[in-house]
Amino acid sequence: MASAEHTKQGFMLSKKHKAGLLNFLSAQGILVFFLICMFAFSLTSEQFLSQSNIMTVVRQASIIGIIAVGVTVVIIGGNLDLSVGSMLSFSTVLVVDLHDKIGPVGAILVMFALTLMLGALNGLLVGFMRLNSLIVTLAMLSAIQGLVLIYSGGQNVDIANQSDTWFGVFGQGYLLGIAVPIIIFSLLAIIVQVVMSFTGYGRRIFAIGGNPVAAVYSGIRKNWCVFSTYMISAFCVACAALVLGARVMGSQNNVGQGYELLVLAGIILGGTSLLGGAGSIWKTVIGVLILGFIQNGLLLMGYPYYTQWLVTWVIIILAVWLDLANKRKRLLTRHS
Amino acid sequence: MSAATVTQASDAPGKAEAPILSLVNITKKFPGVIALNMVSFDVRAGEVHALLGENGAGKSTLMKVLAGKHKPNGGQILLEGKEKVFDNPKRAKKSGIVLIHQEQSLVPEMSVAENIFLGSLPKKWGNLVDWKRLHRESTEILDRLKCSFSSKDMVSDLSIAKKQMVEIARALVFTPKVVVFDEPTASLTDHEKPVLYDIINTLREQGVGIVYISHRMDEIFHLSQRISVLRDGEYNGTVNTADTNEDEVTKLMIGRSLEFDHASKPKDFGDNMLELRGLTVDGMFRDVSFSVRKGEIVGMYGLVGAGRSEVAETIFGLRKPSGGEILLDGQVAQLRSSHEAVAQGIALVPEDRKDQGLILGMNCRDNMTLAGLETVSKNGFMRPAAEKTVYDKYQQAMKIKTPGWRQKVGNLSGGNQQKIVIGKWLHTQPKLLILDEPTRGIDVGSKSEIHALIKELARTGYAVLVISSEMPEVLGVSNRIIAMYDGKVTAEFDGDAVSEDALVQAITGQYVTSAGKPDDQPAA
Repeated sequence: MASAEHTKQGFMLSKKHKAGLLNFLSAQGILVFFLICMFAFSLTSEQFLSQSNIMTVVRQASIIGIIAVGVTVVIIGGNLDLSVGSMLSFSTVLVVDLHDKIGPVGAILVMFALTLMLGALNGLLVGFMRLNSLIVTLAMLSAIQGLVLIYSGGQNVDIANQSDTWFGVFGQGYLLGIAVPIIIFSLLAIIVQVVMSFTGYGRRIFAIGGNPVAAVYSGIRKNWCVFSTYMISAFCVACAALVLGARVMGSQNNVGQGYELLVLAGIILGGTSLLGGAGSIWKTVIGVLILGFIQNGLLLMGYPYYTQWLVTWVIIILAVWLDLANKRKRLLTRHS
Repeated sequence: MSAATVTQASDAPGKAEAPILSLVNITKKFPGVIALNMVSFDVRAGEVHALLGENGAGKSTLMKVLAGKHKPNGGQILLEGKEKVFDNPKRAKKSGIVLIHQEQSLVPEMSVAENIFLGSLPKKWGNLVDWKRLHRESTEILDRLKCSFSSKDMVSDLSIAKKQMVEIARALVFTPKVVVFDEPTASLTDHEKPVLYDIINTLREQGVGIVYISHRMDEIFHLSQRISVLRDGEYNGTVNTADTNEDEVTKLMIGRSLEFDHASKPKDFGDNMLELRGLTVDGMFRDVSFSVRKGEIVGMYGLVGAGRSEVAETIFGLRKPSGGEILLDGQVAQLRSSHEAVAQGIALVPEDRKDQGLILGMNCRDNMTLAGLETVSKNGFMRPAAEKTVYDKYQQAMKIKTPGWRQKVGNLSGGNQQKIVIGKWLHTQPKLLILDEPTRGIDVGSKSEIHALIKELARTGYAVLVISSEMPEVLGVSNRIIAMYDGKVTAEFDGDAVSEDALVQAITGQYVTSAGKPDDQPAA
C-alpha cells in the first residue's frame, strides 16, 4: 500500500512538471511570435527598432490599449463590449466640444460622467436585464453613433486656442521623458491586472466568466459584477477619449469608428479566450503591441495603410486556429 | 434477488467459451500517469460482465480505448478472435462496439427517429431523407426494446429514462456485438431502472456481449454474470457473480470493507434551524411545510420532477416564493438572492456539480474558497496563504485526492469534485447545509465517506437537509424523511421507523397522511 502510494506520488510529480513546462511554452507562444515579428521587421527596415520609432508605435497603440484593458475585463466576465468604438467618438467629441464652452476641468468631468452613464446602460441591459451582450452592445454601437451625430449636428469639433490650454498634455505631454498616453496606458494596465489577479473582485469575475450558473450558486452577485465590468470598460473609454482628444485637439464625429474591432483584435491576438473565464491584461497588452508593430512595420515597408487590415485579420485567424489546435491536442492527451 | 442471480448465472456459459471480445494487456499512458497497466478483460456473447472500480481506477479510460477514443500504448483488442485496431470511434462502432455514455448526447429539438439515425439517416433520390423508412426502421428498433413512445416524439419531451432508451436504440442501428453501459442508472430513479434492466436482459438474450459499469452493487449483483475489478489502473481479478458477495467485491475494489452504520444516529436535537410554512412557488410546488432542527439530518425523498430541488433553490434565494414563509433560526427570512442566503448561513450543494457546483476551468483551491472570499481576503485583496490553509484543511479532512491545489477541478474524478463542493460550503460555516443528490455518480468508497461526513456534520450541530432519489441513502442518513410527490409534501416519517413500501407509496402519490393528502390535481 505504502509503495503504491509512493509511486502514485511520483507519477503526479512528473505530471505536474511536464504540464508546467507545456503551459509555460503555450503561454509564452504569443511572446515568441512577437519577437519573431520584431526580428522580421527589423531586417526590412533600419528605423523599425530605433528608439523613436518604438516610442511612436507604443504611443499610437496606447489608445487601443487603454480601451482593450477595459474590454478584456468584460470578456473575462463572459460578455462582449462592441460599443466602445462609438463610445470613443461620443466621449472625444464631447470633451473637445465642452472644452471651449465650460473649460477643461468641467469638460473632463462631464465627459467622464456621461461616458460612465453609457457604461451603466450597457451594464443594466446585460447585467440586470440579462440580455445578450453581443446584441446589446452592437445596438449601442449604432445608437451611440447616432447620438454623436445628433449632438454635433454632423459637424466636426475642435479647440480654438490650442496654445492657451494645458488640456493637450494628456495626448502630447511627456513626463520624465515618457509620453503621457503611455503612462496612462501602463498605469491602467497595471492597476487592472492587479485587481484581476489579486482581489476577490477579480476572482469573482473569472468565476462568472468560467461558469455563470455555478457563480450564482456560490452566492456571487452576478448582476452587479457584470454591471461593474461595463463600468470599467466605459471608464477606460473615457481615459482613451481624453488622450485622443488631447492629441488631436479636435475630433471628427466618427473618430472611434472601427476601434471596437481593433480592440477585439488585440485581445484575441493576446490570447484571451472570447468564451470568458480566462485571460489576462498582460496578454492583451502584448496583443495590442503586436498589432501596433505589425501596422507600423507594414507602413515602413511601404505598403499602403489599408493592407494592415488584411494582414492583421489573417494573423488573428491564424492565432485563433493555432490556439484551438493546441487546445485540442491537450484535450486528447488528458484523460477525463 | 438471490433467486434471480442464480437463474441468470445458470444461463451463462459456465465452461470456458471463447469470448466475443478480449482486451489483452492494455496499457495506456498519459503524460506522467499510467492510467492502465497491462489490463486484460473479456466479454462473452450473451453475458453481462460488470466492470467495477473506484473513480479514477481506469474504467472509463479502458472503455475509451475499446471505443477507439484513446489509442493504447500497448496491448491488443481481439473481436471474435481477430485483432482489431480502432484508431477512431467510427471504426469501433462499425465493427459492432457501442458505448452508451454517462452524459447524454442527444439533440433535444429533434425527433426520436432522427436522433436514433443521427449521422446515418436513410436517404432516397440522391440526398433527401427517406422519412418513411426512417420511422419504420426506428419503430422496429423501439419495438425490440419494448419502448412505449413513438419514433415521432420530440426528444425534449421525453423523461430522462426514455432519453436513455433512445441512446440505447441508437446503439442498435449498428447491430452491435458488444454494448458498453457506462453508469446508465446515474440519472434514473428507482422506478425507471427495471425498464433498463429489461432492455439489458433482452440484448443479452439476443447474444450481445454487455459490459456494465456501475457503482451500485445491487444493480451489479442483479444483472451480471461476472464481475471484474480495476484498482489504480491495474486489473484486480474477475469473479463469478454467483460465487461472491458485496463485501468481497468491495474489498477487491478498495482494499477494505465498508460498514454502513444505521445505528449511530443521534436523538437529541436543538431548536428549529429552518422552518418552512406553506412555502409555494407557482407551477413548481405548493404549501410545503417542514422543519430541520440543529443537529438533525432530514432526508427529502421523491422522484425527479417532484419539486425537491426547486424547494432547495427557493430556500437558497434562487427562486421567489409566491406564498408562505421561510424561517431561519426562528426569524422570518427574506432571501432575494443566493448572496443573501449565503450571508444568512445557508449552503446548497447543488444537484449538478459540473454545471452548478464548480467552475471546471478553475483550480481546486480557488473553487474551494469561492463562496467565502471575504474570509480569505483583506481590504479586498486575496491572501494566498489563508486560501492555502483553507484548502489544506478540507483537503486533508475529506481526503481529497488531487495532484495539488493548482489542478483544475475539471480533471478530478466525480467523488473528489463533490468533496470540493462540500468543502466550499463547509468553509462558509453555514447554519443550514442542503445537499441535493450528494452522491450521484460517485463510487461506493467516496459515497460512504460522504455519508459519514454528513453524519459527522450533524453531530457537530449543523442542520442538514439531504435530497436524494436513492432510497438506501435516504434511509441510511436521515433522522426524519420528508416525501414529496408532484410538488407537495405527501408524508413525513421517522427515519428509523419507516418501511420501504410506505416510502414508495408516498413518492408515487398513493399514501395518505395528515401531512398532506394526494389528489388528482397537479400543482398549480
